[in-house]
Amino acid sequence: MDPGVEKDLTPDEVTLADTPWVTVVWNDPVNLMSYVSYVFQKYFGYSKKKAEKLMLEVHEDGKSAVSSGSREEMERDVQAMHEYGLWATLSKSE
Amino acid sequence: MTGADDTMAGFVRHRRSKRIIATLSGFEADLLRSLAAQLVELLRNEAAVPSESADPLEAMFSGGEFSGPTTEPDDPVLARLFPNAYREDGEAAAEFRRYTEGSLRDGKARAAGTIIDTLEEAGLPAEPGADELTIDVDLDPATAEVWMRALTDLRLALGTRLEVEEGDEEYWYSLPDDDPRGQAHHIYEWLGYLQETLVHAVAG
Repeated sequence: MDPGVEKDLTPDEVTLADTPWVTVVWNDPVNLMSYVSYVFQKYFGYSKKKAEKLMLEVHEDGKSAVSSGSREEMERDVQAMHEYGLWATLSKSE
Repeated sequence: MTGADDTMAGFVRHRRSKRIIATLSGFEADLLRSLAAQLVELLRNEAAVPSESADPLEAMFSGGEFSGPTTEPDDPVLARLFPNAYREDGEAAAEFRRYTEGSLRDGKARAAGTIIDTLEEAGLPAEPGADELTIDVDLDPATAEVWMRALTDLRLALGTRLEVEEGDEEYWYSLPDDDPRGQAHHIYEWLGYLQETLVHAVAG
């Protein structure tokens, strides 16, 4: 991996209070665990550790909120996930 | 999600050049091209047309990029490739689809086209003969990621058609050798293997 994308951004901790939308990735029987983890690192710039934690949440819990922000930002993230073939939706944060 | 076993030769990263390489048989390359071509046809066939219920005035003023489909595609493969972005808000889902599905379709068709172009530039003839043929696939990192997305779409298409589920391997292995669905599932698994080796070659 490019070392430049190894930062652990954790935007959920930073911006949740005033940005009430989340991108949710859902489990599916086709996508490879290695690929899903790669996409989280590549697109969101998450560390390998954080990407694998989110990937396992998707795999074991059926879904995981992988990013948060404004509605427009989450629509961009969902579109990107669809480009990568991941099943993603956006919704208001609970 | 799923994993894949590693009993065949797939992608590796060349140590010095950092390029992502794989050697496919002529049969494998031809199969991959055929699957990619079928996906391109599917993406272009059920065209991303503006919804008929759209206001004609709005259609007139909004033009090209602002008009697109607003309802989920009928074909289950396309419905999986372009899922609703909102689960509980049909209006918002329709609006999202209208703005995004056309460009998503174009991107996926282009990615599948890249697989075809790569294979043909590597020497895959239009009609591979009976003689021994090997195709050396040699990708720079950017093209390798395009391949990764396209292989994902091919697996999603095949997996959706076959209605694969998590942990259903026993069912597929129990089918007789001449069962066409079993044969298709074998191809699905091979694509998974290629994808797994590609991800590891790129991610290192």
